[in-house]
Amino acid sequence: MIRIENLSKNYGHVQAVKSISFSLGDKEIVGFLGANGAGKSTTLKMITGYLTPTAGNVIVDGKNIIDDSLDIQKQIGYLPELNPLYSEMKVYEYLKFHAEIREIPEEEFKKALQRVVQDCGLQGVVHRTVGNCSKGYKQRIGLAAAMIHDPKILVLDEPVTGLDPNQIVEIRHLIKKLGKEKLVLMSSHILQEIQATVDRIIIIHNGEIVADGTSDELITDAKGMTKLSLEIQGADENEIQDMKAVIPSINITSVQKNDNSILVSIEYANTGDCRKDVFEYAVNNNWTILEMTASKRNLEDIFRNLTQDGDMTHA
Amino acid sequence: MHSILPIYKKEMRSFFTTPMAYIFLVVFALVTGYFFTNTFFLYNQSDMRSLFSIIPLVYLFFIPAVSMGLISREKSLGTIEIITTLPIRERDIVIGKYLAGLSLILIALLTTMIHYFTLINVGTVTDHGAVFTGYLGLALLGGVYTAVGIFASSITENQVVAFIVGIAIVLVFFLMDKLLVFVPASLAGIIQYLSTEFHLSNISRGVIDTRNLIYFGSVIGFFLFMTTRVLESRKWS
Repeated sequence: MIRIENLSKNYGHVQAVKSISFSLGDKEIVGFLGANGAGKSTTLKMITGYLTPTAGNVIVDGKNIIDDSLDIQKQIGYLPELNPLYSEMKVYEYLKFHAEIREIPEEEFKKALQRVVQDCGLQGVVHRTVGNCSKGYKQRIGLAAAMIHDPKILVLDEPVTGLDPNQIVEIRHLIKKLGKEKLVLMSSHILQEIQATVDRIIIIHNGEIVADGTSDELITDAKGMTKLSLEIQGADENEIQDMKAVIPSINITSVQKNDNSILVSIEYANTGDCRKDVFEYAVNNNWTILEMTASKRNLEDIFRNLTQDGDMTHA
Repeated sequence: MHSILPIYKKEMRSFFTTPMAYIFLVVFALVTGYFFTNTFFLYNQSDMRSLFSIIPLVYLFFIPAVSMGLISREKSLGTIEIITTLPIRERDIVIGKYLAGLSLILIALLTTMIHYFTLINVGTVTDHGAVFTGYLGLALLGGVYTAVGIFASSITENQVVAFIVGIAIVLVFFLMDKLLVFVPASLAGIIQYLSTEFHLSNISRGVIDTRNLIYFGSVIGFFLFMTTRVLESRKWS
């Protein structure tokens, strides 16, 4: 449905987006993940026609954003970052304003209003002034306005920023529901959010796409390492360092002395399971293993790895 | 074109749901009323001329104040990103907002008609045609100043800056005619033609000449075009 071709954007001498290309299907939820300043918002702004690409193009159903921006904008619902709203308007008036610009006739508007009020949970605030609504409601008002014309494409720039955990869950459910019939392209710098909501993750770093796939694919692709955490009794720290000589495929990442045990972290490639070797080595040395936990590397490690010089923000 | 109306309605609603429009209308009526009654009672002059000559001066400050927020406010609120990503041309956004600003000015101008009706009752107005062309000229002048004001509003996200830039440009148009003595004779004709005062005085005298109408139309068109261009320029920032 959307094809991004060698899209670039320069702000003066700064290259915010560097010739990225990807395609998005009809009904999927795609998450744009990246540190602050990675180029997420700039890309979304080019897709929605707010900015014109320095090079490359955005193609939606054969039309391109440079020559046919109005045609594309008709099919897109956009929730900009920070969700700007006309605070002096009533919620109803605000939605009506969007409907009028999008040429939705009065009769259809009534139905559309019912639909978005239902979907976004705006019952009870329809006749309130936007400025007097809570942040969670404002976010949903912005979303409702983006959905009033039942667009095929929803572009949401950081849709859950500033919401409380309950509201985040509500918005997440809504996005998942919408993703069954629409293409939803959302951005976030919060990894957990992306992981919980989307089908496909595109990681962007310094204006370039560094990973693209489902969360499982990304984990498998990233030449995964398994992390083994051990709690051992009856060994001393030096002896544990000797283990590397006997089992060369492991990496001892940390050794930490506790009151009467030692906590050890070991890493090895997913391809060769070393748990048995470690266990036997411990038995041979008369150590007691109190605990042994293997954990595959998670998306967070992968993200940090791919975007190392960026500043990852956890919310 | 269809989307001019929702923009217009939105701006008018914004004027009248905030104290903005009411303050503007009341203060405008007070200031113009003061100048009218002053000559009316003190000098026993019962004509509209003093009123018509003071309104361009009042415009000088009032119109930039009305139009300063038209676009700069959208920029500072960030709503510019919503409105420009809706399927609507920048030109239509500008026209809708311009017409809303102009409407408020025309409503203000209408409030001064009360003085005209007062004079009719006193029975001293003889030249109704001159009153009509006087109002026509003031409406056109309001159109020019509003176009300048919306342009000033488009170049900044700060309303105070928009206000000051608006006054500065409007002042240039206002003063051009008055500074003619300092200008070399070869340029005087051009400067005079560019000044609003020159064209306004023709119309106010009761002469509706297409040259004057074209002048007002093209100055308005020029500033609205520039405003549209400024709005579009964000795309290449």
